[in-house]
Amino acid sequence: MRLHFARASVLPGFGLTLGYSTAYMGLLVLLPLAVFPLWASRMDFGQFWQAVASPRVMASYRLTLGAALAGALANAVFGLVTAWVLTRYEFPGRRLADALVDIPFALPTAVSGIALTALYSKNGWIGRYLEAAGIQAAYTPLGVALALTFIGLPFVVRTLQPILEDLDPELEEAAGSLGAGKLRTFFRVVFPALLPALLTGFALAFARGVGEYGSVVFIAGNKPMHTEITSLLVLTKLEQYDYAGAAALALVMLILSFILLLVINILQWWSTRHFGEGA
Amino acid sequence: MAQGRRLASAGSDPVRWLLIGVAVLFLTVFLVLPLACVFIEALARGPAVYWRSITDSDALSAMLLTLLTAGVAVPLNLVFGLAVAWCVAKFSFSGKTLLVTLIDLPFSVSPVVAGLAFVLLFGMQGLFGPWLAAHDIRIIFAVPGIFLVTIFVTVPFVARELIPAMQAQGTDEEQAALLLGASGWRTFWRVTLPGVRWALVYGVILCNARAMGEFGAVSVVSGHIRGQTNTLPLAVEILYNEYQFAAAFSVASLLTLLGLAALVARSLAERLQRRQAALATAATLSE
Repeated sequence: MRLHFARASVLPGFGLTLGYSTAYMGLLVLLPLAVFPLWASRMDFGQFWQAVASPRVMASYRLTLGAALAGALANAVFGLVTAWVLTRYEFPGRRLADALVDIPFALPTAVSGIALTALYSKNGWIGRYLEAAGIQAAYTPLGVALALTFIGLPFVVRTLQPILEDLDPELEEAAGSLGAGKLRTFFRVVFPALLPALLTGFALAFARGVGEYGSVVFIAGNKPMHTEITSLLVLTKLEQYDYAGAAALALVMLILSFILLLVINILQWWSTRHFGEGA
Repeated sequence: MAQGRRLASAGSDPVRWLLIGVAVLFLTVFLVLPLACVFIEALARGPAVYWRSITDSDALSAMLLTLLTAGVAVPLNLVFGLAVAWCVAKFSFSGKTLLVTLIDLPFSVSPVVAGLAFVLLFGMQGLFGPWLAAHDIRIIFAVPGIFLVTIFVTVPFVARELIPAMQAQGTDEEQAALLLGASGWRTFWRVTLPGVRWALVYGVILCNARAMGEFGAVSVVSGHIRGQTNTLPLAVEILYNEYQFAAAFSVASLLTLLGLAALVARSLAERLQRRQAALATAATLSE
């Protein structure tokens, strides 16, 4: 591949802006992240393995991944219904409902964390009914999954909305006029068209859930082996001055987020190839 | 959201109403209740306690640090956003896709991991720790660390909004301006910037909201020193852990209002932008 720079442009400032952006990203984002492999390379394999695969750490992976998966699944199902309703039907309060969807993005995570804990604790507005039904939400893995459902809510809705808006209703009408039932039309015509965006939204919600900290720590209760998420464990190791252990565990999380970022990019590429850019 | 398309009224179709019911219930349980809970818990012990909680000296110094942090992080990321959008949107070069992907990186890194990165660089045992200690410079458990992690987590916001806006703009108008003898800077200020101003406003609003609300990353580097390295989100955590629930929710309500203001400002900016686009179309048509 031949390198090429600033081909056929009379506009000025290319060198300056590219140089500045690269230096800024390099110093403030890449250099800090490069510190993890450096720290991990100082450990021998046994120490590294102990830091990233001890039973307590494995339990935290199970909880983090499981709860993020549960939250992303809940969002895939209810987010699809919500996006459908918001783009297809007129009903009182539709605009307000649409505006509300961004709340998890706008609310600081610490605020979401204490609000969710208050709601789902034993005396909370929702918790008391769950308690009566014999379900404990706060300070259990269920609470973690609920917090991650909250935090991932906008992703599926906001990825699906533009696709649903662009989907030609004539396609559905044609299917309907050819005698396909509503459910059949949905699953054979609409759903396949939505699938790439739905998967992208799901992956975004999952990725966010895996790294989430603020909205989870309050409702989780943070009992080792039971309700301790991986992000918190990183912080615990740091507070015990186990810098190398914290770095090793952070490296594992970082690699996982790179993989998820790659998957999301592939899904987005698939999604735009399916429909063309904004078409 | 769905402009330019007639929406079906729900009518009497029971399936439609069922779907609407499911969506509304979902949004109510997951979004409306937590939001309402913040304000009701904040005022649970009366307006006097509320007022005392948000005018407490620790709360005020946390507020000041939060404003200061946003005041440092937002302008820096704004300049970065303009620079990176300019080179990405107006030029073609090798490695562009990589650069654009890297911009989003801070979004996919856990905030705790981001905070830890700076501790491992600048903390006592960190890479530059001994050098910093020898020169009596404190970054971790001090205000500069808070600035650094906040910049890190808010890097993508302005750039993400500006890149597509500048790409949509093309380069014809700038080329014309340059050809007519305008300087590079003048072209940028008079041609490029007005065309992307709503994207810029939008990006700054989102960047600011996150800068003021960041919790995880800041919590790692702050050291939670009251009156010195506490931001508002950290003050919420401390009060909550001390079982001062009314006070915690009072401070939280300020952050909530800030977040809601960001959402309202954003939808206003979007509406203005749409109106302007409509006016521009009307003007072209009437020519």
